Amino acid sequence: MNSALIWNIARFILLLMAQVLIFNRINLFGYINPFPYILFIILYPVNGNRYGLLLSSFFLGLIMDMFCNSGGVHAASCLILANYRPYIFKFSFGLSYEYQTVKLNDVLTPERFSFILIAVVLHHFTLFILEIFSFYFIWDIIERTILTTLFTLITCIIIIYTIKPSKR
Amino acid sequence: MQQIFSFLFKNSYRILFLLLLFLSLGLTIQSHSYHKSKIISSANFFTGGIYQRINNVNEYFNLKSQNDELAKENARLKTILFNLKDTTKLHFPDSILGVKKNQLIVSKVIHNSYNVHENFLTINTGSKSGIKTDMGVINSAGIIGIVDKVSPNYATVISILNIQSKINAKIKKSNHFGSLIWNGKNTGYVQLIDVPRLAGVRKGDTIVTGGQSHIFPENIGIGTIDKVYVDNETNYYTLDVKLFNDMTNLGYVYIIKSKDREEIINLEKQSKKDE
Repeated sequence: MNSALIWNIARFILLLMAQVLIFNRINLFGYINPFPYILFIILYPVNGNRYGLLLSSFFLGLIMDMFCNSGGVHAASCLILANYRPYIFKFSFGLSYEYQTVKLNDVLTPERFSFILIAVVLHHFTLFILEIFSFYFIWDIIERTILTTLFTLITCIIIIYTIKPSKR
Repeated sequence: MQQIFSFLFKNSYRILFLLLLFLSLGLTIQSHSYHKSKIISSANFFTGGIYQRINNVNEYFNLKSQNDELAKENARLKTILFNLKDTTKLHFPDSILGVKKNQLIVSKVIHNSYNVHENFLTINTGSKSGIKTDMGVINSAGIIGIVDKVSPNYATVISILNIQSKINAKIKKSNHFGSLIWNGKNTGYVQLIDVPRLAGVRKGDTIVTGGQSHIFPENIGIGTIDKVYVDNETNYYTLDVKLFNDMTNLGYVYIIKSKDREEIINLEKQSKKDE
């Protein structure tokens, strides 16, 4: 229990630091930045405290907003991802996901891939809708969602499978 | 009473979610209306301090381009100086401290964003140096933006690459003016809208700030006209303006502290009250 808590706090801080120091400065093609900080929400223990997840993802997003000057955009989209995470689990791993102890950092199976994909798309779509906040730019929203999703997905998978926790 | 409590207890997860969601949506909506939200910005000591630290390392990488820019600015100023009719009679009546019309405060950009639709910069001077909301920000090449939020040591600046910014600008040659906006597409170009069809505009003409706003003094460079087309809805010209500034690479900037500004604002307030 305690080691899981420490892992979570470490992940929170490290992912946020990596996001602000490295990934916010990539600017591929001038405007595409990956958002691998949502790995915190994706990798949060399946049976962990729900309230803890909700509150910590809210603050995760809020700190991101402070750095990006974006109001509450990241906070809202992280919150939505955190809230719908159990449903995505159910969709990707079948109904009894809670009993078979899902482990995300293992061999990349279609279930795991689909879970990460849906989570990233959900987060990014809400993020860009709220950030741009105008239907005048609807094609921009879709274009940014698709390109950023691809980029985030690649970064997330690389991060998960290069920095596997050694214990397992 | 007990039923209310049991209801709250049963749905506490959902209530917490909705509460936080409304909070974040509220902050989002606030951020989309012109400077209102106060807390969530990179001008506070925590985020500003971190950006300052990152920038301390980062600025070594563009020392060369910054040097070039300063040398160019020096050359330009020297040209003006040497072309004065009589260099011995140099006297600037408005350059004595306290009498100056516009005072410049130098500052450094410690964070710069240009990849979203509403871009902001963070600079490392704040209210301690006399910076206030709605002051103009320029550098040696041209305009950069308008100060948004201010903390004791840091301030955020609404970049001209922000779909909400609207700055009065004019064509240098003919004095026809319009509003400078950004369509959110290319970081090298902004748009000048509502230019009357009477204005004889040509590709390559210079666009400068107009004298209508009290944020920027008149005749600060913005860019050159790159493309001219007629807006289908309004029948006014829309001009694509190629910026003098490379907004993706900014170092030192100047904040314009105008003496007249507060006087003008107060005057306008009073005359509005009288109506």
